[in-house]
Amino acid sequence: MSDLEELERAILADIAAADSEQAIETVRVGALGKKGAVSEKLKTLGGMSADERKVMGPAINGMKVRITDAIGARKQELHEEAIVERIARETVDVTLPVRQSPLEAGRIHPISQVVDEVTAIFADMGFSIAEGPDIETDYYNFTALNFPEGHPAREMHDTFFFNPDEKGERKVLRTHTAPVQIHTMEKQAPPIRIVIPGKTYRCDSDATHSPMFHQLEGLVIDTTSNVANLKWVLQEFCAEFFEVPSLNMRFRPSYFPFTEPSLELDIQCDRSGAEIRFGQGNDWMEILGCGMVNPNVLRNVGLDPDVYQGFAWGIGIDRLAMLKYGMPDLRDFFDADVRWMSHYGFRPLDMPTLFSGLSS
Amino acid sequence: MKITLSWLKDHLETDATLEQIVETLTMIGLEVEHVDDRKALSPFVVARVIEARQHPDADRLQVLTVETGSGSPVQVVCGAPNARTGLVGAFAPPGTYVPGIDLTLSVGKIRGVESHGMMCSERELQMSNEHDGIIDLDSDVEIGSSFAAFAGLDDPVIEIGLTPNRPDCTGVRGIARDLAAAGLGALKDGDTPPAGGEGPCPVNVTLDFGDTDPLCLGFALRGVSGVVNGPSPRWMQQRLKAIGLRPINALVDITNYVTFDRGRPLHVFDRAKVMGDLVVRRGRKGETVEALDGGEYEVNDDICVIADDNGVESIAGIVGGEVTGCDEGTTEVLIESALWDPMNIARTGRDLGIITDARYRFERGVDPAYMVEGMELATRLVLEMCGGTPSEPLVVGYSEPERKIIRFPLSEVKRLTGLDIPQADSISILDKLGFESQGDGDTVDVLAPTWRPDIDGKADLVEEVMRIHGINMIEAEALPRTGSVNTRILTTLQIRTRKVKRALAGRGMMEAVNWSFISEQEAALFGGGQAELKLANPISADMSDMRPSLLPGLLAAARRNADRGHGDIALFEVSDIYKGDASGEQHRAAAGLRTGSAGLEGAGRHWRRTTTAVDVFDAKADAMAALEACGAPVGNLQVERGAPAWYHPGRSGIIKLGPKMTLGAFGEFHPKTLDAMGVSGPVCGFEILVDALPDPKRKATRTKPPLDLSSFQAVHRDFAFVVDKSVASGEILKAAEAADRKMITAVNLFDVFEGASIGEGAKSVAIEVEIQPRERTLTEAEIEAIADRIVDNVKSKTGAVLRG
Repeated sequence: MSDLEELERAILADIAAADSEQAIETVRVGALGKKGAVSEKLKTLGGMSADERKVMGPAINGMKVRITDAIGARKQELHEEAIVERIARETVDVTLPVRQSPLEAGRIHPISQVVDEVTAIFADMGFSIAEGPDIETDYYNFTALNFPEGHPAREMHDTFFFNPDEKGERKVLRTHTAPVQIHTMEKQAPPIRIVIPGKTYRCDSDATHSPMFHQLEGLVIDTTSNVANLKWVLQEFCAEFFEVPSLNMRFRPSYFPFTEPSLELDIQCDRSGAEIRFGQGNDWMEILGCGMVNPNVLRNVGLDPDVYQGFAWGIGIDRLAMLKYGMPDLRDFFDADVRWMSHYGFRPLDMPTLFSGLSS
Repeated sequence: MKITLSWLKDHLETDATLEQIVETLTMIGLEVEHVDDRKALSPFVVARVIEARQHPDADRLQVLTVETGSGSPVQVVCGAPNARTGLVGAFAPPGTYVPGIDLTLSVGKIRGVESHGMMCSERELQMSNEHDGIIDLDSDVEIGSSFAAFAGLDDPVIEIGLTPNRPDCTGVRGIARDLAAAGLGALKDGDTPPAGGEGPCPVNVTLDFGDTDPLCLGFALRGVSGVVNGPSPRWMQQRLKAIGLRPINALVDITNYVTFDRGRPLHVFDRAKVMGDLVVRRGRKGETVEALDGGEYEVNDDICVIADDNGVESIAGIVGGEVTGCDEGTTEVLIESALWDPMNIARTGRDLGIITDARYRFERGVDPAYMVEGMELATRLVLEMCGGTPSEPLVVGYSEPERKIIRFPLSEVKRLTGLDIPQADSISILDKLGFESQGDGDTVDVLAPTWRPDIDGKADLVEEVMRIHGINMIEAEALPRTGSVNTRILTTLQIRTRKVKRALAGRGMMEAVNWSFISEQEAALFGGGQAELKLANPISADMSDMRPSLLPGLLAAARRNADRGHGDIALFEVSDIYKGDASGEQHRAAAGLRTGSAGLEGAGRHWRRTTTAVDVFDAKADAMAALEACGAPVGNLQVERGAPAWYHPGRSGIIKLGPKMTLGAFGEFHPKTLDAMGVSGPVCGFEILVDALPDPKRKATRTKPPLDLSSFQAVHRDFAFVVDKSVASGEILKAAEAADRKMITAVNLFDVFEGASIGEGAKSVAIEVEIQPRERTLTEAEIEAIADRIVDNVKSKTGAVLRG
């Protein structure tokens, strides 16, 4: 028996001394493998007498169980130690910076954003979006809109001209988006409800005038729409667009050749501070021109002004953006300075909708 | 148009305050742009120097004792050479803001002597540039009275932004009429009885237009002899100065005064300088005239002139001539009041570049009925201020104007504005504005006043009623909804435009909005510069041509940003480009640019990755992303060489859908392009045509096709081919895919390698092919058969051999 005890002690000592998963495996093979010491002992049982076996059988098998358990326990111990060691080895400095997501770095220009905001509002009121070319004939930019040839009203538009063609006709860069009213009325029978965002051009340049700017034209033609409806549409639009709880507005008479009567809309504001605040103060700021479509314009597109009527308006998109978001100088809109775009631009996922607020 | 309050009250009997007048003007369509209440000079009083004595410590200063009209006399230190005992001038007490020196006075010591205020010069009050001495008034002015009132500097000035349809309001009287109609008082009588006269007009006038269109619609002339032409009276000078005009002499000031009082421009000739009779005719080529504005102008047969035996003496309706102008020596004057063709005046003014108060009125349309009366008013003012004897008036080529008659159903007011007001109120408003209604009932005939050439039809009458009744009386009324839920309202192009913007911004790029016009050189560089796309009147030479591409604008933006120290940027623009001047030749493009290290992951150095410069493949990825956002079938697009000349020929490509349709190009830029644009460093870009893509097919249902998943595991096999360097990798991928269209579900190129081990002029291209069994697991032999087909197909299409 003593050699069995001796063997068990020796193996248990080896188990305890094993310092890696590989070492414990070597001990296991040496003890319990095919030719292992314990396996060899078990093989001797076959050559023993029944009485001897009765004694030695349980002894050797008991030893095998204890050694197996001891190996298992040590293996588990070593596995956990290995994990601890691996974790220590794999530990990094999590304060190292990561890259900004491109979704965070990219920017949508305020003009695009405002067009989307405006689209969301007018879509809700049943308007569609129309577009038209920047290069126009004199007819669409002026004559069809009741600007008589040589009339001083044409001089109000500092027009960019192209060189005359063989027939002596010179095209223009449209000075307003109103020509699209004509294109639309020529193509589509009433009822019409459209808004027209687009680029417009006048030879003029200072902090609030730029040779290129953006307008939003609106047109409603049916058999009933009048100034009362016009007031409603524009009041609703302004309140919704500027996202302020209250907005004081006033309409006052004005003059545009293509509308009659013509009006301008002012918003009450406070300009005393660094930024313009709406819904307070004593100043009035003009934000758009509008009016009932002039009967001559309706006649020019073949509509009977005694049957059809409606209204139109034009508003500066850049100006809307400046008023709402506070850019001080229009010229910066067209400079593509990344610092300006980063500051005043919008993130690509800031999608203006009415259900989530135009600007969240 | 500027008016003063007192001038307005010459025509309007009213108790209204300045504030009420200003508010009403704006609300009836005469928008007040600025009001100067002229309160700034109210602290200045008329004061007398009781004693002037030498300052004890300064040679050039005097110590004055000044009587200011209130309290005991004050001590003032003064440096003016004309300061003396007995002088009456303008005094500013301490606490007064003196505009000419931008300073608020306080009690101070000057060389040890206390000074309690200031005796002022004209410059200090911003009356003129006079600063040689202090203001020196007649001694009979009341001491202690307001200096501003004495000098006529307290009359509030109202500036109105006049719309071009209201020539009647280019005169104070027209503005008064509008205010009276709006209930702010009563319009005073403004009629001028004829001044009479003795003997015929000393100069005869003929209108001579031959068989051409007459440019003069009436001409009135009167001589006044024995006039004395000195300065005009002070009240007239003050009013003219207040509205920004410079008084010259009485005869000239009278014409200016009537111009602003009645919107009726006039002209005066010095009779002694006119040779023979006057002829009103078209100018002749080669004729010139020295005008009163100091310029010399050449006329032609589109320009109407007034000539005498010496030649052209005046450009009709725009500016008079220097030679026959009136000055202090004038003793005989000819007063002209005429009617000119508005279109011709506008054109002449524009062609000659002359802006005058006369042109402003004539091109908008003066009241034709007031031509003769305007001359009578001027005659009376001349007689009053300069004396003399008038001749009988001479009127040539004039006929009484006809009044426009408009049939006006009074229900139009409600139809167009929603205003429900009594018919009598509408008629009353029109009456007060000078209209005349005839008949009664629901429809009346309305005669328009001669001073309202803008009145054209019913809608104009509605506007008159609306603006005078008050726009704010109109209650807003909701526009009826068209349906329950608004359907899709954007066109495909609009949807694509929005999506591609957001997609590119989502790739870390910033949206620029650049000018639609660029320089001729830039346009030519990018395939543009056609004659029909050149502006005739560009705002500057570098904004002369409509852009044929978005790229030059983006490259210029990159240069500006680099100049500011931002050399690693990603920009894009989605906007229109111009291939011609027809509407179909304007195209919606999307373009992007990356510079320096501004790749998709971000710009600049980062600890995880070595910094790499942007290249053709960054641009390709952007272009593909943009096309994908537009809904292009990215799997079916072909990429080929052959990008436009502004790209690097070896590092660029075009993207095609089918053999004919090119959607765009991408790549690094040609070094010459970058040189020409002044851009340095790594730059890559792309441009696609958003509107070149065909519209998607409208499907009957939104249901997606069924998802077909195989229950068998896919097999992956790698192949490395050695091929000639010039072979496009895309060809290898295409050949591999074509080997078995059913089983091969993906081909992925994962390595490209060139080196000595491969051989000169060759490259190794490694691909991974995914084989997806559909009905059963494939046997090794079947997989091998597919692999063999891949190798054979790639070899036959590209000459590539499997790498040993």
